Amino acid sequence: MSRPPRQHPPTGGDGRPAAELSHWRGLATDPDADRSRAEDDSPEAVARLRGRSRALLRDLLRPHRRPLGAAVALLLVQNTAAMAGPYLVMLGIDRAVPPLRAGDPGPLAAVAGAFAVAAVTEYAARRSYLTRSTRIGQAVLLQLRQRVYGHLLTLSVGFHERYTSGRVVSRLTSDVDSIAELVDGGIDTLAAAALSVLSVAAILLWLDLPLAAVTLLAFPFLFWLSRWFARASAQAYRHSREAVALVIVHFVESLRGIRAVQAFRREPRNQQIFVTVNDEYRRTSQHGFRLIATYSPAIKVIGNVTVALVLGYGGWRVLGGHTDVGVLAAFLLYLRRFFEPMQELSQFYNSLQSATAALEKLAGVLDEQPGVPEPASPVPLPAGPGRGAVTFRAVSFGYRPQTPILTGLGLAVPAGQTVALIGPTGAGKSTVAKLLARFHDPDDGTVELDGVDLRALSDAELRRAVVLVTQENHLFGGSVAENIRFGRPDATDAAVQAAARAIGAHDFIAALPDGYATEVHRRGGRLSAGQRQLVAFARAFLADPRVLILDEATSSLDVPTERLVQRALATVLRDRTALVIAHRLSTVETADRVLVVDSGRIVEDGSPARLATTGGRYAALHRQWRDSLI
Amino acid sequence: MPAQCDGDPATPRADGRVRSLRNLWRLRRYLRPYAAAYVLLLLAALAATGAGLAVPLVVQRVVDGPIARHDEAGLLRLGGLALLLGLVEAVLIFIRRWSQSSSSVGMEATIRADLYAHLQRLPAGFHDRWQSGQLLSRAISDLSVLRRFLSFGLLFLVLNMVTYVAVVILLLRLHGPLGLLVAASAVPLFLISRRFGRNYHAASRRMQDQQGDVATLVEETAQGLRTMKAYGRGPELADRFAGRARALHDTGVGKGVLLAGASALFDLVPNLTLGVTLVGGATLVARDALTIGELVAFVSLQLMLIWPVQSLGWIIANGQEAATAADRIQEVLDTPPSIVDAPGAVPLARSAVRGRLRFEGVSFRYPGSAEPVLREIELTVEPGETLALVGATGCGKSTLLSLVPRLYDVTGGRITLDGHDLREVRLDALRRLVGVAFEEPTLFSMSIWENLTLGCPDADADQVRAALALAQADFAYDLPWGLATRVGEQGLSLSGGQRQRLALARAVLGRPKLLVLDDPLSALDVQTEALVEAALRRVLRDTTALLVVHRPSTVALADRVALLDGGRITAVGRHSELLATVPAYRAVLAAEPSPTPGLVRS
Repeated sequence: MSRPPRQHPPTGGDGRPAAELSHWRGLATDPDADRSRAEDDSPEAVARLRGRSRALLRDLLRPHRRPLGAAVALLLVQNTAAMAGPYLVMLGIDRAVPPLRAGDPGPLAAVAGAFAVAAVTEYAARRSYLTRSTRIGQAVLLQLRQRVYGHLLTLSVGFHERYTSGRVVSRLTSDVDSIAELVDGGIDTLAAAALSVLSVAAILLWLDLPLAAVTLLAFPFLFWLSRWFARASAQAYRHSREAVALVIVHFVESLRGIRAVQAFRREPRNQQIFVTVNDEYRRTSQHGFRLIATYSPAIKVIGNVTVALVLGYGGWRVLGGHTDVGVLAAFLLYLRRFFEPMQELSQFYNSLQSATAALEKLAGVLDEQPGVPEPASPVPLPAGPGRGAVTFRAVSFGYRPQTPILTGLGLAVPAGQTVALIGPTGAGKSTVAKLLARFHDPDDGTVELDGVDLRALSDAELRRAVVLVTQENHLFGGSVAENIRFGRPDATDAAVQAAARAIGAHDFIAALPDGYATEVHRRGGRLSAGQRQLVAFARAFLADPRVLILDEATSSLDVPTERLVQRALATVLRDRTALVIAHRLSTVETADRVLVVDSGRIVEDGSPARLATTGGRYAALHRQWRDSLI
Repeated sequence: MPAQCDGDPATPRADGRVRSLRNLWRLRRYLRPYAAAYVLLLLAALAATGAGLAVPLVVQRVVDGPIARHDEAGLLRLGGLALLLGLVEAVLIFIRRWSQSSSSVGMEATIRADLYAHLQRLPAGFHDRWQSGQLLSRAISDLSVLRRFLSFGLLFLVLNMVTYVAVVILLLRLHGPLGLLVAASAVPLFLISRRFGRNYHAASRRMQDQQGDVATLVEETAQGLRTMKAYGRGPELADRFAGRARALHDTGVGKGVLLAGASALFDLVPNLTLGVTLVGGATLVARDALTIGELVAFVSLQLMLIWPVQSLGWIIANGQEAATAADRIQEVLDTPPSIVDAPGAVPLARSAVRGRLRFEGVSFRYPGSAEPVLREIELTVEPGETLALVGATGCGKSTLLSLVPRLYDVTGGRITLDGHDLREVRLDALRRLVGVAFEEPTLFSMSIWENLTLGCPDADADQVRAALALAQADFAYDLPWGLATRVGEQGLSLSGGQRQRLALARAVLGRPKLLVLDDPLSALDVQTEALVEAALRRVLRDTTALLVVHRPSTVALADRVALLDGGRITAVGRHSELLATVPAYRAVLAAEPSPTPGLVRS
């Protein structure tokens, strides 16, 4: 992906810059929108990432060194037994037939016995080897999946916003799949082919040095060819990883929004986009396959030409009396067995390249530093009742460097106070909430809870103390009870129900087909937005934090339900610090203190009763709101 | 199985193996465009095998002939032949792989595009039930399994069978009884294959389903990331993921162990047959029933059987995976879309529509649930009228709205537009007439422009500007790249109010005849709300509209109000009338706490 130009926004006079808009994806505000920071187009960055991915591979294999050694040993046993088979057959024909003619079945029986032993050994070694290598491979995949998933959880909201869920899914499914492909078949062929190439090479050298020297002529070509393939395929597979990610992003997003898609008859356009990204994926993978379609026969050419050369040169040597016919025959036979596994090696190399491209993507993700890192030595919050004092000290913050949202914001909320934030859209209310929940860290200044900088708190401690409820009430797959329990995993059923009762969600939950055990399906499927908000509220109540932040959390509730929630809030918030962002003044009026925010600054500060009479913005809003009630 | 036309992600019926193979076979139509290429590559593969076999024969000739006879010219000639054969072999391999690369990938892309098109046709009810990860794993992982089978498994299955049969025929001609012995080894091979195939089939299906589960959880995690962060529930999710990844791991190991056992057996059988040939052959030679040369030739040929048999384990595994993948894909493709144009549906031109919307005894029940959400709804919205729906949280207001653009079909009664049953109107015509804004604004990670023109791709800049102005969404022009700015996923980089205004702008863009708005102003602050309301009022003057409303302020937009309670319309009238005469209405909308709050609940 190329970076968008960094100059002024391309908004033309009519507001529609035709060229840019024809591109459906639009321009991201972050140049690294589609990738992890480690992925960059510069050659150094590519090399660095490749190094990282190799290191990751080593790291993943390290715990399995011993089992790997055992597997290779078993493979040696299997190969030896397999090589013994044809040898024993020849031995049987040469040495056992004459005695048999003489009426002595002993040698034949001995050969047959040895043959049986070899066959059974081969069977046992192969079975055991394959079982072991499967176990190692699957263990590596498990480890890799867990590691990437665990790391994605630690990455900031900001990272996920630009990276998109589809890309996350792509990393953990399609990319891991292509590594699995290597693990499933690759290691087996690599080890077997490498073993036979090495042993045959030894035999060749031992048989006839000058002929072996001719064979060596093939190596520069093999090397050059492989280097070309390595470069070309690394690039090709990198592209196809990115292409499949786009397919997945579009697939996931458009099906998630299927109601909007169908209601707006978006299907044809979606199909058009899907066909485009899908075709790009087809094109990039086809390119990859064509590279191997060229590489593999090219190796065959080198092999076959070498055979012909050796045949000519060897024949000439035999004619000159420098070599025996037998040696030449044997040499030629072995030479074929030298080049045969090369095909398999090239196949393996191909899988390795594809897996490395995927591994690079994963290494890039693993390399991403959490935007809001855990402190190395966390400071505990001071214990005791009545805690929850929040302080913003000269906080500056912006999502983009050029556009600051907050500049030098100072705010002290004593423990137990309920503060309402109001102000126009874009004033920075939600940003204050997000900073307090540490979704982001301030660019400048500090946010403190009970005198401790949030950056010094461990994540577990912070999340126990501060909970943010927003309009996006995500329900995870599972039952309603499980979703409420998300607030406090060790809560009993009784506690879950009590929380639901407290905010008035019990009645509707009890009326669901399976009550609290009702599966919410995906993303809350059949619960209405208001019901989801209630479940989210119950969840927050159960979490019982020192500081509760409500960001437009009651917007989808009808008036009586909202009132019920408010009444519950009044009790719940009594001994708790709360930051409430709401545009309904009914919510605001119950607060101890109101802050009017505009352009990142606090322009009015005081109790709702006092502000309503001072003739400022709040007073105006208050009047307007009063008028709107009928 | 209940007669449900939207399909169910439930586990498939028993004895799926025959069905799987049939499903795999049904996908052959996707191979048709590549039939010629496939025949070519098969021929190339066979010829390459032939050329490959010929090279050692020529080498043998050289050694026995020119070299033994000191014939330099012959050496050059035959050496040249060996070179030529080698090059021919390589070229044939190149042809095979090259044509394979386009056919297998092309077919994969075609099936994927068809699958996606089908998924877009399936109604919201289908998508409610199916986990998106399961759909995704079908569209990506399963299709790549199919591609691998078509590019390698199937080819080698055919090649190896041909090789096997050819070699066995040669062996039979060389020596009947010994040949029969070798042929008989096909019996244990067949038995092993059958048992392995059966076991592997089940494991392969389980693995693919579990891959879907993992994908689902990953997607859900990315979706619910803010919630997860807000509660610090990373460890719990990591545990949940570990469980699913471990299940996948265990199935993977199980599959590997099955394959290991079968592969080792596929190794053992030809080896043992070789041993028996050796003993039998040696005995025959000792009795002079066979020459040593013949025995050597026989054994050499027999050695050629080892690879085809050995690779059988891998080929069967590949085939079974392809079969279960075909199953999973056909499960989706076989689900008929339940909301489609009826035969003889009318196109209903925009100019011919007056906009009289009637609900006649409408009932609705979500599939798989016993309780109807809506019962016997009787409601009429006159042309140009704005009707507000009021009711407690979760009473079915949003469901009622979703019936108008036919995201769901009524399960009883009918909805008519100017007397036409909605189900007899062409779907795209109907949806063109209806503008919708959902309670949750759905935005995609695309440009603002693309998000706005979802329903009218040919809208011009002025229309877009007007829609944005109406929804007070001019902030869009101030974004870093203006309307070309990509909004983050689900528009999460925007505030709730901004998203809602964009969704409103989208709904009114293209001047729909019928507006269906679900609580369109809930996330707006008071000032913005007043501005949007004033603008909206102008649009609503000549548009039939159905609004869901939670607040008295928004009710003012409506000409009439209907109260939805317990799935029924219990009152219809003007706001002031209802406020005065219907206590339940007052309870739902009144700003002041009602004297008996216990009566009103969600």
